[in-house]
Amino acid sequence: MAHLQESAVRKISEICDRYKNERTPLIMILSDIQNEYGYIPLEVQEIVSAKTGISVAEIYGVVTFYSFFSLKPNGKYVIGCCLGTACYVKGAQQIIDKFSEMLGIKPGETTDDGMFTIDALRCIGACASAPAVTINGKIYAHMSVDRVAGIIDEYRKLGGAE
Amino acid sequence: MMIKTREELEAKIQKCTAELNSKFDGSDGKRYIMLCGGTGCIASNTMGIMERFEALIAEHGLGDKVGVRKVGCFGMCSQGPFVRIYPEDTLYRLVKVEDVEEIFNSDILNGKIVDRLLYEDPETGKKIAKQDEIPFYKKQKRVALHGCGVINPESLDEALGCGGYQGLLNALKMDPADVVQLILDSGLRGRGGGGFPTGRKWKFAYDQKSDQKYVVCNGDEGDPGAFMDRSVLEDNPLAVIEGMVIAGYAIGASEGYFYVRAEYPTAVMRLRNAIKLAEETGLLGDNILGSGFSFRANVRLGAGAFVCGEETALLNSIQGQRGMPRPRPPFPAVKGLWDKPTIVNNVETLATVPYILREGLDKFIQYGTEKSKGTKVFALGGKVKNVGLVEIPMGTTLRELIYDIGGGIPNGKKFKAIQTGGPSGGCLTEEYLDEPIDFDNLVAKGSMMGSGGAIVMDEDNCMVDVAKFYMEFICDESCGKCTPCRIGTKRMLEILTKITEGKATMKDLDTLEELGKACKSNSLCALGQTSANPIISTITHFKDEYIAHIVDKKCPAKVCKSLIKYTIDPDKCRKCSLCAKHCPVGAITGEVKKTPFEIDSAKCIKCGSCIAYCKSGAITKE
Ligand SMILES: Cc1cc2nc3c(=O)[nH]c(=O)nc-3n(C[C@H](O)[C@H](O)[C@H](O)COP(=O)(O)O)c2cc1C
Repeated sequence: MAHLQESAVRKISEICDRYKNERTPLIMILSDIQNEYGYIPLEVQEIVSAKTGISVAEIYGVVTFYSFFSLKPNGKYVIGCCLGTACYVKGAQQIIDKFSEMLGIKPGETTDDGMFTIDALRCIGACASAPAVTINGKIYAHMSVDRVAGIIDEYRKLGGAE
Repeated sequence: MMIKTREELEAKIQKCTAELNSKFDGSDGKRYIMLCGGTGCIASNTMGIMERFEALIAEHGLGDKVGVRKVGCFGMCSQGPFVRIYPEDTLYRLVKVEDVEEIFNSDILNGKIVDRLLYEDPETGKKIAKQDEIPFYKKQKRVALHGCGVINPESLDEALGCGGYQGLLNALKMDPADVVQLILDSGLRGRGGGGFPTGRKWKFAYDQKSDQKYVVCNGDEGDPGAFMDRSVLEDNPLAVIEGMVIAGYAIGASEGYFYVRAEYPTAVMRLRNAIKLAEETGLLGDNILGSGFSFRANVRLGAGAFVCGEETALLNSIQGQRGMPRPRPPFPAVKGLWDKPTIVNNVETLATVPYILREGLDKFIQYGTEKSKGTKVFALGGKVKNVGLVEIPMGTTLRELIYDIGGGIPNGKKFKAIQTGGPSGGCLTEEYLDEPIDFDNLVAKGSMMGSGGAIVMDEDNCMVDVAKFYMEFICDESCGKCTPCRIGTKRMLEILTKITEGKATMKDLDTLEELGKACKSNSLCALGQTSANPIISTITHFKDEYIAHIVDKKCPAKVCKSLIKYTIDPDKCRKCSLCAKHCPVGAITGEVKKTPFEIDSAKCIKCGSCIAYCKSGAITKE
């Protein structure tokens, strides 16, 4: 989003307008932008600032405080490895380590081809399916280290990032 | 359709109750197939099961004889997906799409129970057809979870048919001060972890004079490994809304905010839907039921910050700021949201309120202990057979929770500890199993009840590693505002890491305790104040394990990577090369069919791939 397209600028303004009547809408605006574009770069924060009158410094402070917001785009497939306690005591660390190792990235990073991001999650509430992994919302229950390679292949076959 | 008066609501409740009952007792001449729509079951394809049933019903033209209902979580997640058939009340478990046809042909068409899909009592081997007779459910009592797993969470009529809004009806007949008094008398204490008496909190807010007050529902549920609040919001959102409206009426607030984790999309969707239903019928909005009392509810989403579960941080987050706590006093009840008197209550607390108003004081206080009344919901997880969501009367013992309800430890392993209270809590061991669970007793024993996470650990879990796990979490989530928490947790994590790598000395243990004390007495909020609890309780109960790591450089549970070694038994090795193929770092060498394979420990990263792939059990870690 280095050079913001006009349509994106319009969309962001529209998102800001959605919450015109709310008292303190910043986080709601940012959540919608995050959901729409997958990240909130500085240029976008500047537009939000111009629309809402909140300083960029404050917006940046909020964006960097909450783990849900990111400054950089995520991969096409976000591999969320649950590291909640229930998953952890059943070996979730080995699962996330295996994903890291096979993709050559650390949790929080994205592969160079833009395909995968690994996310360490804090309990997705699927404790009965521990250890659990979600990929773009789909839950993989009772994960084991030996399934990791197959799952990555499955998504590689599904198609590349634009 | 608007419900304008109390009389109209009463009539509607009666009608809905009869309607809902008919779906259980067969009085509408239909049989019902009820499916669990909890996260666990959905992940194991409840939707596929539902579609198959619907297709078969259509194929046989039985649409007016057999209905399908998807409701909330049944709780016994490890045995899902579930199918429950009414009016006979037969429960099938571990159902797969492939089983649907058999259930349909045998049970639905011919009234013959499919034995092989019934729950089997592991002790006696006896098949059990009715849910309530399964040991997992026998010791439970549903108060906060009332209606969960029974009603369709997206239907107002079903909520009304299951006791919903009877509590508000009763409240509106009372003076607000009397509602506050009733909650005081009930002894209800906050279910969010702190255990502060709800009535006292309400009284503070009631006593404030202000043009505007707020009720805030804390649905941030940060404890990793807990999903009680998510289940309540997903399975009976109207009960929480009703609780909030009652709270608003009692303290004189006209507006409320639900603060829910963004990680719970289904809960958010159901909650929003429930608010819309309540608004459309006048159960939220102006002049509710002609009482003159008005109340509006809003939803705000969290954005992934554990500390926002702390009430002052939460209020800052609603106000669009970084979610950092501030010193108290002033307490939110005096100066809260936008500086107005505000009560912050947990989801489960608010869900319990309608029960008290509907069923009355005596019925509520018959459960529990002297200072902890009522019931508590737990998310039972980890190394226990029956993983799931349970609600037990306070005073139930840990043993009953783990063994009678949880079914004990799977795979013949030995129980080691139960962790409650999440990152602020502690572990209790075998010798404490007969302790009753309530707020004060668990604190007295060096742990805490917390918000309801209950993780069972067995002999394969390393307690130092567990302490490190919690400290990593806290260190990550420390907001950075106060120095003791920001730096203290980092230093404690460094020491724990040293211990798990076999690089620590006994003196480090003293430093850990010292740091823990410093955080406890100097941090701004409970996040830092309680951050050392998991360390202190594991040192208390498992000092041997710490010493093994520090002095012997051994991890007795064989978890800590730096202290274990993988080896291949040459006699057992079938020389197949599978392990070498899957070793990500090329640490395994050998010749197929000729020489046994060997692991180069200098290269090995202890990922466990080889063990996972070895078919002959030749690889061990020690
Ligand atoms: C770090 C931290 C996290 C917390 N997380 C939660 C939470 O997720 N849910 C919750 O209800 N209370 C949480 N609390 C407790 C709240 O501050 C507050 O006591 C509670 O919401 C009050 O509601 P209750 O009295 O009904 O329990 C947390 C407290 C701290 C210090």
